[in-house]
Amino acid sequence: MIPGIGTLTQDTLWCFSQVKGTIEFGTTEADIISTVEFNHTGELLATGDKGGRVVIFQREQESKNQIHRRGEYNVYSTFQSHEPEFDYLKSLEIEEKINKIRWLPQQNAAYFLLSTNDKTVKLWKVSERDKRPEGYNLKDEEGRLRDPSTITTLRVPVLRPMDLMVEATPRRVFANAHTYHINSISVNSDYETYMSADDLRINLWNFEITNQSFNIVDIKPANMEELTEVITAAEFHPHHCNTFVYSSSKGTIRLCDMRASALCDRHTKFFEEPEDPSNRSFFSEIISSISDVKFSHSGRYIMTRDYLTVKVWDLNMENRPIETYQVHDYLRSKLCSLYENDCIFDKFECVWNGSDSVIMTGSYNNFFRMFDRNTKRDVTLEASRENSKPRAILKPRKVCVGGKRRKDEISVDSLDFSKKILHTAWHPSENIIAVAATNNLYIFQDKVN
Amino acid sequence: MLSKGLKRKREEEEEKAALAVDAWWLDPGHPDVAQAAPAVASSSLFDLSVLKLHHSLRQSEPDLRHLVLVVNTLRRIQASMAPAAALPPVPSPPAAAGAADSLLASSDAALSASMASLLEDLSHIEGLSQAPQPLADEGPLGRPTGGAPPSLGALDLLGPATGCLLDDGLEGLFEDIDTSMYDSELWAPASEGFKPGPVEGPGKEEAPELDEAELDYLMDVLVGKQALERPPGPGR
Repeated sequence: MIPGIGTLTQDTLWCFSQVKGTIEFGTTEADIISTVEFNHTGELLATGDKGGRVVIFQREQESKNQIHRRGEYNVYSTFQSHEPEFDYLKSLEIEEKINKIRWLPQQNAAYFLLSTNDKTVKLWKVSERDKRPEGYNLKDEEGRLRDPSTITTLRVPVLRPMDLMVEATPRRVFANAHTYHINSISVNSDYETYMSADDLRINLWNFEITNQSFNIVDIKPANMEELTEVITAAEFHPHHCNTFVYSSSKGTIRLCDMRASALCDRHTKFFEEPEDPSNRSFFSEIISSISDVKFSHSGRYIMTRDYLTVKVWDLNMENRPIETYQVHDYLRSKLCSLYENDCIFDKFECVWNGSDSVIMTGSYNNFFRMFDRNTKRDVTLEASRENSKPRAILKPRKVCVGGKRRKDEISVDSLDFSKKILHTAWHPSENIIAVAATNNLYIFQDKVN
Repeated sequence: MLSKGLKRKREEEEEKAALAVDAWWLDPGHPDVAQAAPAVASSSLFDLSVLKLHHSLRQSEPDLRHLVLVVNTLRRIQASMAPAAALPPVPSPPAAAGAADSLLASSDAALSASMASLLEDLSHIEGLSQAPQPLADEGPLGRPTGGAPPSLGALDLLGPATGCLLDDGLEGLFEDIDTSMYDSELWAPASEGFKPGPVEGPGKEEAPELDEAELDYLMDVLVGKQALERPPGPGR
């Protein structure tokens, strides 16, 4: 199998590679991973958690001695991105939970990423320091200032190597622009601007300017009593810096062109699939609510995730998706219970592989699903400690819907709904995936022959 | 709560019952369905939804998506239970005399009232931290939400703190405490410590020098010697 080309043929076997996080029971809420993202080269993998922390892993250089072990990810930097805040005006606590992380493309030796909580976006610079200047004239070795009158000769400070230190510094803070909760951030392909979206508005920022942003979408009704729809996700087109999409709680996607007008309340394209009358229920709207929208790398397609399915849409066809994949249709008969325990409101994300041929999304019981768009094959895998031996091949899982349960199958009623895989990420060019299971981060790779 | 190993024995029967009756709004997975007639099943779903709505409304900052979805679902349930009655967003007088109807209507009234008051609160709160500028005034120009736009009132939540002060006038200053001014770097008291990053001045490489240079810059801005960075024009 050619590395870098993702296909889910019979030959693709996924193996456990690493797991990060603690095993103990009674997880602290702060450790729950809330976002996972590879950078553009796949060298770095960032996670954000409920406690406002960001942890960045770096892939180690592949060693010639260990050809069977492709580069592992080790902790590169950890920092506190957001702190809990208190909004005195509204008497509200602002959660420090990191909702999203997005990397900027690398333009110099340093790495830059955007991280956001409900209200504030921050630009972080992560840089390495492996040299230290020594031989100052005005400071002694401990850094204490020297009395200038005692200096009789001058020397030029020299740079000496030191132990590698990785520093993270906040370079910009983009605050006070969102009344509602930020659900998405997206870096534009011009690398100069980005957008942040909350329930009712989308703002466009320039990276250099923190005290001003442009509002480009506003769906807040004049009378809040008329509110029936909110924005759930938004993303820029990967190549066209004037184009972006945003999804709604009613299962619609709007594509907007910023050249058409400064305020993009009127969409350029409107994607919606007509409701299937045979599947109608009280919960139709809730399960149609889109929890994630992602452009394909090619920019030709968008993928949306609603409660039970993943859909692929062609940008040139608005009236229905070109592909629909059932993630866990066996839950369709359980919607009432899932409504009762609020699971029906869970927001699952979805990701493309590097070649746009395979899509992945999470489910319950720490299951996650992959769909090959070409072969139409799909597989269910599980992120669990039991399958955590190095290079252990993951066994496909199956949920038994009714009738006789075969060995190794799990019945719907035995699924653990507290173990949900909401966040996953796929390496941009290789078959390496990162799966967040509550407070643990699993890394899986395809088997190297 | 779905728990491990809990089997719902009556599922298959419920599904058959649901299929036999042309009632798309019956959910066969519901535990009450097996025990009661369809009307009561909807009623328990209705109660559950009202409960969820009230729970959501009681939160200090409700999840808007959750709220909107629950309200829309509640409206659907109401529509199926009393298709004849209108469902206005504002409280309406009870349509019929029946006990169920009046229960529905009062629930509807309570629901509408709760929703109305909450959403009003939300927009009222937002109005406090926002310049009072109706959206319609902006027209096709879009809304640059800061800097120096043609109509100074459209400052939304952003813009330099000094801009907000001047536009709202003294009355605006005392109407409410706009904490964005306190949060803004320009007004951060020295005792709070200096937060790095937000205001970009020249020479931002080394930390110790940065503080002094930035403080000088800020002092100049406050004193009015130096204008703030000129923002780019709209549609850049």
